Amino acid sequence: MSTAGKMDCGRRRLILATAAVGGAGVATMAIPFLSSMLPSERAKAAGAPVEVDVTNLAPGQLITVEWRGKPVWIFNRTQEMLDTLSKVEGAVADPKSEADQQPNSCKNATRSIKPNLLVAIGICTHLGCSPSAKFKKGAEEGMTQDWPGGFLCPCHGSTFDFAGRVYKNKPAPTNLVVPPHTYLSETRILIGEETRGA
Amino acid sequence: MGAKTNHDKFKSDGSLAGNALEWVDARFPAMSLWRDHLAEYYAPKNFNFWYYFGSLAIVVLAIQLITGIFLVMFYKPDASLNAAGVPVAFASVEYIMRDVNFGWIIRYMHSTGASAFFIVVYLHMFRGMMYGSYRKPRELIWIFGTLIYLVLMAEAFMGYLLPWGQMSFWGAQVIVNLFSAIPLIGEPLSIWIRGDYVIGDATLNRFFSFHVIAIPFALVGLVVAHIMALHEVGSSNPDGIEIKDKVDDKGIPLDGIPFHPYYTVKDIVGVVVFLMVFFGIVFFAPEGGGYFLEYNNFFPADPLKTPPHIAPVWYFTPSYSILRSVTSDFVIVLQVCVAGLWLWLVRGTSDVKQVIITLAAVAIIVGMWAIDAKFWGVVAMGTSVLIIGFLPWLDRSPVRSIRYRGPIYKGFLTAFVIAFLTLGYLGTQPPSAIGGLVAQFFSLVYFAFFFLMPWYTKIDKCKPVPERVVYK
Repeated sequence: MSTAGKMDCGRRRLILATAAVGGAGVATMAIPFLSSMLPSERAKAAGAPVEVDVTNLAPGQLITVEWRGKPVWIFNRTQEMLDTLSKVEGAVADPKSEADQQPNSCKNATRSIKPNLLVAIGICTHLGCSPSAKFKKGAEEGMTQDWPGGFLCPCHGSTFDFAGRVYKNKPAPTNLVVPPHTYLSETRILIGEETRGA
Repeated sequence: MGAKTNHDKFKSDGSLAGNALEWVDARFPAMSLWRDHLAEYYAPKNFNFWYYFGSLAIVVLAIQLITGIFLVMFYKPDASLNAAGVPVAFASVEYIMRDVNFGWIIRYMHSTGASAFFIVVYLHMFRGMMYGSYRKPRELIWIFGTLIYLVLMAEAFMGYLLPWGQMSFWGAQVIVNLFSAIPLIGEPLSIWIRGDYVIGDATLNRFFSFHVIAIPFALVGLVVAHIMALHEVGSSNPDGIEIKDKVDDKGIPLDGIPFHPYYTVKDIVGVVVFLMVFFGIVFFAPEGGGYFLEYNNFFPADPLKTPPHIAPVWYFTPSYSILRSVTSDFVIVLQVCVAGLWLWLVRGTSDVKQVIITLAAVAIIVGMWAIDAKFWGVVAMGTSVLIIGFLPWLDRSPVRSIRYRGPIYKGFLTAFVIAFLTLGYLGTQPPSAIGGLVAQFFSLVYFAFFFLMPWYTKIDKCKPVPERVVYK
């Protein structure tokens, strides 16, 4: 006990130092708990590349494969579909694919290595729903009369063209992501790697 | 009545029960708790219908805790596929429904209880708004209440993932991705929440842990704090006047009656009526027309396919509509609103405050240009919930209760209720052009109710409040 009216500065310093050390200990102890919630080593290792054979992919057909738990579309576009791409340039938010949403090999008018074959992650850039195919022109699939065909995200109504470019003034901020991929042969695509290395 | 301290300890009359109670009371504040919170807690005698929902919220909490304990005995938080190719978690819910003795009633009580919880809590909150229950000195009760609402939303959201149906999966996908809208830290934060790059087994297991352990603890703790704060300052009433201002010579409010037996008995009537409705739903309409249990959730989660129409459960739809209404065009409207708010706030304040307000307004307006609309949608949704906690300071009316407020407040409150219900309805619907515009309009109405409150409550023409509570 300090004498009345006079603070014991030594004891005060000891209390502060003890509290500081204790606080640091508690803060350090939080690290293992918070880190345990990060993706585990097993989850990190699960991201291996996926190989897809597109020999039987008919024009106008879209197949979905799983890569890193996400749906990846491989979409064989018809010439008619590709023709719409230049027509909608004024209506899409990023016609030249300037945002970094694709590998450099796909930063072109069709957003693909081969003009007809689009490889894209089928996850809306807004909040992660998977857009549905609305390939038919016009109002047939519940779209507007002037709909040129493309994709509609069912969650918040974002629309995308046949190259996965988002239309202006929609909730999704950017075009669909084109994952790194490469052709192992004419008909075999490797999704997840840009060069055949590893 | 405030909690009293230093009660006399219980003295036995010599009977066995009396001796036992005396023994306990000497070692534990049994009688003082009993008196402070029940037998000598004086509540206003003019409580009406709206005052049932506080006790009903506790009843629903108890239903959820008890049914939850039993569901955990049979449920398995496991996203892997069983021999039949069905996710184990999904299959364990089907097992509860089909094979566990009375599992169906336990599960339907829990799922109906979730919706009932929100119905009761929304009505309880609306009571507070009508009668000004949040006004000084009850601000902290209101803040605890807002936190309960927030925690309840987290609890419901995480619980909804557990059946691992299509809506569970894609609902969680959307909500967790909300966090990725935050600039810079968003993406790593959402990965940390999921524990994986996509919603998966790691997410299911941690949501299970939070849903059954962490959040219920927080919820019960907040409910205790809510009631302790209430019993410290005393209950308000439909007239919004302080009963403690008029007391008899023993210091007991003239308009107060002991909570027990008067309100315990009254609340039992409310509980009986509530349980009749509740079990009517459990027995005859547990899906609630697709609102309480969404039809798409009877399909197991498929990470590769979003259902054609996804919508959150009904209790999230007002906030969800606000989130959806913020498009890049609408951000311009919001910028104009912020500029308007700035013009109004800078008038007649000190120089320092003017500078701070101007800087804040400029930062928000520039930020709305720089960061895309998705982020501001999340901000708007968060604000729509958190702003409720600020009501005690937004409300500048000289009276508390709607009974003595003027036409302007009544108009704004009506508009707010219409906005809340319309937004709620639109949130259940697929996106559409006209629905989008209506949602944007009502989002503005929703926020106008709060942000303009300091102004319209001040200029409103209020009626004089009575000296004593009105009681027929």
